[in-house]
Amino acid sequence: MASALIRVPERARRGEVIEIRGLIGHPMETGYRRTQHGERIARDIVRLFTCTYNGTEVFRAELHPAIAANPFIAFSTVATESGTIALHWSGDNGFTATESAAIVVE
Amino acid sequence: MSDVSLPASRRDFLLAAGGAAAGVALASVVVVRPALATPATLQEAIGKVVGTARVSAGRVKLELPPLVENGNTVPLAVRVESPMTETDHVRAIHVFAEKNPQPNVLGVFLGPRAGRASVSTRMRLADTQTVIAIAELSDGSFWSDRADVVVTLAACLEEP
Repeated sequence: MASALIRVPERARRGEVIEIRGLIGHPMETGYRRTQHGERIARDIVRLFTCTYNGTEVFRAELHPAIAANPFIAFSTVATESGTIALHWSGDNGFTATESAAIVVE
Repeated sequence: MSDVSLPASRRDFLLAAGGAAAGVALASVVVVRPALATPATLQEAIGKVVGTARVSAGRVKLELPPLVENGNTVPLAVRVESPMTETDHVRAIHVFAEKNPQPNVLGVFLGPRAGRASVSTRMRLADTQTVIAIAELSDGSFWSDRADVVVTLAACLEEP
């Protein structure tokens, strides 16, 4: 299971723009590298990253092999209501990971 | 005698060279015309996103370090000037690299709930090249910015 790190402010004022950061441990193998014997290493990347805010998708990113290993993404969203912010990663070879954090909006 | 004058002239040379490089970088930032002088695959990738629409320079700010020692992880940030309201917001941000094996780097889809049109990540760079960011606005217009990056150690080359 891949390790994921997520950073969401614990509290925010209603309507405030908050920054969310997500980092996941993943090699992001490009598919262009070769072993010392010349065999090509198969591609293995995280292809899709989404963020849901109480179940509603607020951000989506399509990743390509040009994203560095252990993909890090920071973006922003408006704090609308208290609840859960969840980040989802999915990719090659059936890779999926989810990490969520609670936020209190006052 | 030369002990004194040599470092001074070396410094002058570096200053002049730095100034010239900055001038080149500035000039290439001002002339943003993605339709020209870029490889065909890059054009194809950009064409898939923008279609036949015109891509104008401005409103987008692409931040990348000008000199990169290690192309395996290069911090990148894209910001777009937009009020991010229901009627006027950024729909998508796409990042392309000119000389990577694949031109696509990142495609981001957002809406008025983002509050701010900004995203940052870390990318790979296979060579010294130009990186292009294109933003699609809710009115259907496309805006872009580009950044020139010098890479000393390229990604994708090392053996595992």
